[in-house]
Amino acid sequence: MNTLLNIVVQGVLLGALYGLFAMGQSLVFGVMRLTNTAHGDFIVLLVFVLFALTGFVHLPLAVAIALLLVIAFGAGYAVQYTILNRVSSRDPLPSLIVTFGLSIVIQNVLQQVFSADPRSIATGSFESKSIALAGITLGYLPLVTLAATVALAFAMQWLFGRTPLGRAFRATSDDREIVQLMGVSYRRTYALAMGVAFVLIAVAAALYSMRTAVSPTDGPALLLYAFEAVIIGGMGSFWGTFVGGMALGIAQQAGFYFDPGWGIWLGHVVFLGVLVARPQGLLPKTA
Amino acid sequence: MSILLETRGLTAFYGDFQALFGIDVTVGAGEVIALIGSNGAGKSTFLKSIAGLLRARAGHILYRGEPLDGIAPENVVGKGIALVPEGRRLFASLTVEENLLLGAYCGRPGRWNLQSIYALFPALRERRHYAATALSGGQQQMVAIGRALMSNPDLLMCDELSLGLAPVIVREIYAALPAIVGEGMSAIVVEQDVQLARRVSSRVYCFQEGRVSLSGVSADVSDEAITQAYFGAPA
Repeated sequence: MNTLLNIVVQGVLLGALYGLFAMGQSLVFGVMRLTNTAHGDFIVLLVFVLFALTGFVHLPLAVAIALLLVIAFGAGYAVQYTILNRVSSRDPLPSLIVTFGLSIVIQNVLQQVFSADPRSIATGSFESKSIALAGITLGYLPLVTLAATVALAFAMQWLFGRTPLGRAFRATSDDREIVQLMGVSYRRTYALAMGVAFVLIAVAAALYSMRTAVSPTDGPALLLYAFEAVIIGGMGSFWGTFVGGMALGIAQQAGFYFDPGWGIWLGHVVFLGVLVARPQGLLPKTA
Repeated sequence: MSILLETRGLTAFYGDFQALFGIDVTVGAGEVIALIGSNGAGKSTFLKSIAGLLRARAGHILYRGEPLDGIAPENVVGKGIALVPEGRRLFASLTVEENLLLGAYCGRPGRWNLQSIYALFPALRERRHYAATALSGGQQQMVAIGRALMSNPDLLMCDELSLGLAPVIVREIYAALPAIVGEGMSAIVVEQDVQLARRVSSRVYCFQEGRVSLSGVSADVSDEAITQAYFGAPA
């Protein structure tokens, strides 16, 4: 009984990280129907930016993370406005190819600059601290990750549902030609959406790099988790993405319990099972 | 009467296909003009060109005496030109009220706001939290008109308000037009129903194959002249 509870709790904590990876992907797909195959590499890129800020510039971690969020928003806005807007069309192929190309460029530039060594962000000993509750050990860092994911899911739901910018996001997703008649530039809206997505990516990058060592070629694996969480949860809904991340985390944790080599594999099995049994995802709804 | 909008030799293309061949149209301040003509005559293309959705290849659009040529479509509404597009094109994932609020995105001040729209179309008030596309066709058209009015335009362009609607609903919608243009707003109305178009407008332009084939005072042009201009041959 306690074992089962432990698997679920640790799975939820792991899933919070996957949900956070996936939320930016979900936003980008929801607003501009863009399948960003460089999503994982953007996470890794921001990990290395954070590493540069703390390791080379020697900023305190909190300052570096705050600065990372600002840099991320600007970078996301710029990437969308200058590159991805040029290939944004009904045809999904050009943007797929461009983001695939970006993925290769990012991996190789990071290897050139930082070498292929895995690196992590030092947090003192915060990442190894934990509390024990009813026989279950809860890490501080995973708890912070869960709190961040829940807070950001609420924030995104509020942004999309209650603000003029969110209305413009949804309307642009519906009909980007007509939205111009309301005075909304879809190019600018797309750039803002990518800026927000990059802020989500920056939070994920910061938490991920404290948890484990990251190497320049880790991006595609992270992309896979993000994709799986989005598809398990259902496209275009933030709570769906959140639930998808949890499902993936619990499945992996259950796999790890049986055999350390089974965790990732069982996550893929659950993903395939959902794709076969419920291809629309667990909570399909456009945000 | 001062001129609000004037086009001179306006020419437009879809790719290599030329849709407009030098259109000259003027709209006076506070005036309602009607564009009639068969399908494919270029009426919608003309409205899209003014709204900036289609870039004019040659000719000029003068608005308050200033050229609108080459302006980005998202900047047109801020100048006071709103389009009710053909087929309504409401935002499906937004509620009725959110559709209206998006219409006010450009922030032009004026008498139109949620309250005055609901006063004009009371049916929308009780359905304001419905998904916009869950409404009947006539109510959707009211939302589309309301969405355009929320930008407080000086020139309202309506593209085939009657498309796909029952005659009784069309009458109800056009009944709102005098209240809309009553305070000096100008309007361009594209309409398939020639008699309706003449009744609501002061002047009428007939388009045929991308050219203006007839223009005149709505009350004065003869049915024979319209038939000739519409079909291009004596009846």
